[in-house]
Amino acid sequence: MVISLKDGFKFIGIIIIAFCAVFVCTMFLNYQLDLVKVEQLITSSESMIFYNAQVSTSKVVSGVSGGCLGVTSLIMLAFYVKHYIDTHKKHLGILKALGYSDFKIAKHFWVFGMSVLCGALAGYALAFAVMPAFYEVQNADGLLPDVTLRFHITIFIYLVILPAVVFALFAIVYALLKLRQPALNMIKETPFCGKVKNPNDKNSERPFLRELKFSNLKSKKVLVFFIIFSAFCFSAMVQMSVGLRDFSGTMMVVIVMLMGFVLAFTMLFLSLSTVVNGNTKTIAMMRVFGYSDKECRRALLNVYRPMALIGFVLGTVYQYALLKIMVEIVFKDMAGLAEYKFDYIAMLITFAVFAVAYELTVYLYSLRIKNLLIKEVMI
Amino acid sequence: MIEVKNVKKVYGKGEGLNEVLKGVSLEIEDGSCSVILGASGSGKSTLLNVMSGLESPSEGQVIYDGCDISGFTEKELTAFRKNKVGFIFQQYYLLPNLSVEKNVKMGADLVGNKDYGEIIEAVGLGEKRNKFPAVLSGGEQQRVAIARALAKKPSVLFLDEPTGALDEKTGRGVLDFILKLQKQLNFTMVMVTHNQNISQTANKVFKMNSGLIENVYTNDVIKTAYEIDW
Repeated sequence: MVISLKDGFKFIGIIIIAFCAVFVCTMFLNYQLDLVKVEQLITSSESMIFYNAQVSTSKVVSGVSGGCLGVTSLIMLAFYVKHYIDTHKKHLGILKALGYSDFKIAKHFWVFGMSVLCGALAGYALAFAVMPAFYEVQNADGLLPDVTLRFHITIFIYLVILPAVVFALFAIVYALLKLRQPALNMIKETPFCGKVKNPNDKNSERPFLRELKFSNLKSKKVLVFFIIFSAFCFSAMVQMSVGLRDFSGTMMVVIVMLMGFVLAFTMLFLSLSTVVNGNTKTIAMMRVFGYSDKECRRALLNVYRPMALIGFVLGTVYQYALLKIMVEIVFKDMAGLAEYKFDYIAMLITFAVFAVAYELTVYLYSLRIKNLLIKEVMI
Repeated sequence: MIEVKNVKKVYGKGEGLNEVLKGVSLEIEDGSCSVILGASGSGKSTLLNVMSGLESPSEGQVIYDGCDISGFTEKELTAFRKNKVGFIFQQYYLLPNLSVEKNVKMGADLVGNKDYGEIIEAVGLGEKRNKFPAVLSGGEQQRVAIARALAKKPSVLFLDEPTGALDEKTGRGVLDFILKLQKQLNFTMVMVTHNQNISQTANKVFKMNSGLIENVYTNDVIKTAYEIDW
């Protein structure tokens, strides 16, 4: 069979996102479930307000981050399945021509769910490694009775086992849909189904390099999403971690900031790798014809810069709105809490760091374009 | 005039060393049609790559009108390819996400050629200019590759087994079309093939074997694509 178990573990992007999602959700949900057990021990109204705020925080953090990262993992899984089918079209087409049914091939895609299991298990394990320290920090202020760390099997089932099963099933169903095309088209690696453009197309006068940019954007919409989401994660999580410093402990600040870095650059690397790897023949052909490295880079990589900027702006707005809601609604009854204001300096520094890191990453990939051997690709 | 002087091309090092070209020398006249003939592994495609500036030789010189390109940097070779040569490959290498017209524009835009539409018409694909390569036949795809190469108005056109992936009827049609264009536009043409019959369509034939030119001859009678055995 074309798909083997090791293919399921290649998908480092999904592994990392699943890891982050399960890590955060496990920590906050576990804390919430343990926190509920001390509710009856609370005597003062001030403590009850703090208790309610803590429970709401756990729900919001695990719901927003878990939901957001879960959806991203799902999109990424769909992207990987499609990418796998596209890059193995010929092999899969031969299997179909030999008489394998779509379902018989698609069912092997269950191994793609293993990447989720792998990431989820790692996230769950790390959460349990970090939780004693997290609980200690939460108990340190003494506003609530001490919360004891307990193991909840339901969290393990809902955050580790269930996602792995759901993602494996999703991979099979999605593969089944993508395999619904004639075997001959797959063997011939036909990318389009005979679409004819409008003869009065206003874009027909567009220069080749510009056309290539638009064609790349159009054919790789998921990558556009990933680039936007990458900048969004960086902007939102780094600025949020700075904004949290008055409302949360250092540990939380570090965790959120690290997650921002990891998620943003995992997705950025994944997206740019796919852009360069998916265009090796185009790059080689352009260079054969005499297009410079700079022109290749402009056409293929620079087109994503505005997307990253959009992602950054969205992330800034999102983190501001979320923190504002948290502070003004969730913590509204708590006395002595600092007022939350938009931190312009944090935004500027985050933007500067992101811009430098983004440009460095793009530069690394432009070196890959430069070092691409025409002979290896074409001849 | 293209002059190739004692060109050697070596790949690998030590025990893995592979000398593909062992000192090739040849001359190609401007406006001529030449064929480099040889069996698989004879070094003919490597010679074409070195002559066209896709690769630099390990030793020797490749001279275009008195200018030696063998010592060119990658940047200089890119500029050389842009201004001087065109390529047609056996596998077409069209950009699948772009229409016929946009593929041809890839060549045309490099030299600011606004009349690329005429070339599309000339290769008989005017009606299909907005179609994507995947819906074209092999012969049509190769004609798009020809239009793309000619749209940049090269003074030398290199062809690596241009009919290798085509059936006899389509292959003859494509070859006939290229030969007619060469006569009409008078560009220098260098074609690599393993097919002895195709070499009968050229002015001059360089027969290669084991990295060396084994034989050079001119055809007294130049045949058309429809007069040769396939």
